[in-house]
Amino acid sequence: MTVATVVTGGAGAIATAVPFVASFKPSARAQALGAPVTVDISKLEPGALLRVEWRGRAIYVVHRTEEMLGTLDKDVGLLEDPESEDSTQPEYAKNEHRSVRPAFLVLEGVCTHLGCAPMPRFEVAPVDLGAEWPGGFYCPCHGSKFDLAGRVFAGVPAPTNLPVPPYRYINDNTILIGSDTGNS
Amino acid sequence: MASTEADVFDRLSRGLSALGTWIDDRFPMTKLIKEHATEYYASKNFNFWYGFGVLATFVLVLQLVTGIFLTMNYKPASEDAFASVEYIMRDVDWGWLIRYLHSTGASAFFIVVYLHMFRGLLYGSYKKPRELVWIIGMFIYLSLMAEAFFGYLLPWGNMSYWGAQVIVSLFGAVPVIGNGLAEWIRGDFYISDITLNRFFAFHVIAVPLMLVLLVVVHIMALHEVGSNNPDGIEIKEHKGPDGHPIDGVAFHPYHTSMDLVIVIVFLILFSAAVFFAPDMGGYFLEHANFEPADQLRTPEHIAPVWYFTPFYAILRAVPNKLVGVALMGSAVLLLFFLPWLDRCRVKSIRYRSWIYKLALMGFAITFVALGYLGLQPATGAVPRLSLVFTILYFAFFALMPFYTRNEKTKPVPTRVTW
Repeated sequence: MTVATVVTGGAGAIATAVPFVASFKPSARAQALGAPVTVDISKLEPGALLRVEWRGRAIYVVHRTEEMLGTLDKDVGLLEDPESEDSTQPEYAKNEHRSVRPAFLVLEGVCTHLGCAPMPRFEVAPVDLGAEWPGGFYCPCHGSKFDLAGRVFAGVPAPTNLPVPPYRYINDNTILIGSDTGNS
Repeated sequence: MASTEADVFDRLSRGLSALGTWIDDRFPMTKLIKEHATEYYASKNFNFWYGFGVLATFVLVLQLVTGIFLTMNYKPASEDAFASVEYIMRDVDWGWLIRYLHSTGASAFFIVVYLHMFRGLLYGSYKKPRELVWIIGMFIYLSLMAEAFFGYLLPWGNMSYWGAQVIVSLFGAVPVIGNGLAEWIRGDFYISDITLNRFFAFHVIAVPLMLVLLVVVHIMALHEVGSNNPDGIEIKEHKGPDGHPIDGVAFHPYHTSMDLVIVIVFLILFSAAVFFAPDMGGYFLEHANFEPADQLRTPEHIAPVWYFTPFYAILRAVPNKLVGVALMGSAVLLLFFLPWLDRCRVKSIRYRSWIYKLALMGFAITFVALGYLGLQPATGAVPRLSLVFTILYFAFFALMPFYTRNEKTKPVPTRVTW
């Protein structure tokens, strides 16, 4: 009798808690605002960077030139995680150029150290970053360095490569950022 | 028939006493006053360390009152929050004072509570029969940390924003459910208007309600077992013919008079901070928080407010995020187990061995050092030093059962010394 009462009451208490706990989840509006965004890349010049906002984060879309892609196998010795083993990216971006199409890089502009926004520094060997700098991203907060595939340098505060968000090509000129499934 | 003055007073006092009886028949008013004030006996040899409990209660009331008045002008929305704080500072009559009392009060609360807890360590106030008093106190400390964390987001300054970002992302380190958990806490995919709104609800009602309740329970538990004293002996063991402890004096009026002096001294120091250094050189109010939150631009150097930095230093001491989070959590949780980690029967530091005195002094230095290291950017020697002090912090607890087991203690007096 006592057990039955406790079990029934407990079940009731848990059922009552459900709406309250669930009300904490991102609301329908938050989810709608966090929906995937489409980016037109047809007008993105080679060597240029486009900033898009998705879920409050800056997303960098970079149109890499042949020379820029050429740096990716030369700087491997400087990197912490060249194979992206410990980093966050979808399977289809776990390759040397960390993208679906080699020319177009899609990255979260969020430093894996403490979430600052790394700055694009695409020039080769500028005075302040030294002769070995192959071009890439530099975080002004704590000096973390990333190459042109967002791969982190060894010996900087950031532990892993810049994350790649889920994305897919809707057609040759349009990327959908935030979703890699379905036909939306 | 002209009534004299004496007559009037006589009638008035008889009326009041009749009212008192009327209430006492319906509510234990006189009983409560006796139990908790006029006939609550506490040791007569209290020193200044015994003033921090009263000060903590005082600051709690201060925070509740100033907080209520701040909510009357503050707007918990990402579009309006920062501007509404500036509005309070500039346009609301005396708004600047109310806000500075509240922001300085937050730091004062932690100073007072840390000293209050250290008093417990000095005089063994967590030991039998006061284990529950200590544990309830630890819950108060946890609630206070939650309260401070939620409140820190409300001004919606850039440090508010990124501080919350860093702390909430710590939950992302939990295996498997981490990201979902962080999302659930934020109610969004990043710190947004939704997060601000719910942190406001936690800060102004949910946590304060719990705090007040816990403080009542803390005091009830304390008054059940009786207050400890600098000699760490039980005054209840020596009662006079009237049934009251010989070494005790009534909380009211004796201890309340002393507490009044302590509150005045506190208010002198507190006012000096409020009026002359409300931001305390960036330690009470961080400079980066004087600009509005910017989700695409991080402050140069993210550090929590000083009262969290000892634990923040522990978090950063190890390169692995999950291990760091686990260490930080256990650094706080270990304090709960103090009553059982400490095996020595002698309570007060006055009669304990040099080895415990050394350990406790080392612990105090470690805590302050970690607090300092947590404020510094994690470069140069800071990470290595943080690791050293983190190890010392845990050693204090881990080795406690061993170095307190067979302590060479001094003889403990049977009556308090003063």
